[in-house]
Amino acid sequence: MGKARVKVPKKAKKGEIITIKTLIKHKMQRATKDKKTGKPIKRNIIHTFEAKFNGKPFLTAEWDTGISANPYTAFTHRVSESGEYEFVWKDDAGQTYTAKARIEVA
Amino acid sequence: MSKTRIEVLDRREFLVASGAAVATLTALTSGALAREMKDANKLLQELTGGAKPTEGKVKLEMPEIAENGATVPVKISVDSPMTDKDYCESVTIIAPKNPTVYVATFKFTPDSGKAWVSTRMRLAQTQEVWALAKMSDGSFRIAKTNVKVTIGGCGG
Repeated sequence: MGKARVKVPKKAKKGEIITIKTLIKHKMQRATKDKKTGKPIKRNIIHTFEAKFNGKPFLTAEWDTGISANPYTAFTHRVSESGEYEFVWKDDAGQTYTAKARIEVA
Repeated sequence: MSKTRIEVLDRREFLVASGAAVATLTALTSGALAREMKDANKLLQELTGGAKPTEGKVKLEMPEIAENGATVPVKISVDSPMTDKDYCESVTIIAPKNPTVYVATFKFTPDSGKAWVSTRMRLAQTQEVWALAKMSDGSFRIAKTNVKVTIGGCGG
């Protein structure tokens, strides 16, 4: 769990709107009961996702159990300068997963 | 291969876990339906603060038929200039017949460039999915689409 893949173009023109694709391995476990033992299984989903560029968040998401396992999200960003993207996922177990990518503006 | 198997199991667990959904699948009682609809409407009212969302400007793209309810693609785009003064602040996905009707909220900024998002969601059963957009002027827009969920070959 927590293995993330992100797809960001390496280069862009100033002012260009690029598409970013992200995918993270996560069960997105709903609160349920173990079928054999009847023991309760705690909810553990990624509840927050954030996309930042040069430290500034430009997209944030709040997820509930209705988001599929191994959450995939694609979105856009208007590029004004070269810099670094940071993507952050947070789950119920208190884990934080991050991924980074660079973009150069010609 | 193993990934597909996990998803199938996941789907089955999902249906079992949601007693309401199973009940609705086996015996569609108007009482249960009304209760679920009320919950989604209640959530909508909470999100809009009582304001009535208008249709148009929001495009909600989903398959008409989803074979696997565990992972249904959804694309939302909102017609907005995305400037500092006029932009789409957020979109919220609501699935009125899911055990949890609130699915997700995506919050945009003018830096987003477009109010566009593509993701994958769970659908417990055939239903109408809603996408609610909040604009920076405080108004709300809504789009709705029907998705038929077919149950996999191994029952459900």
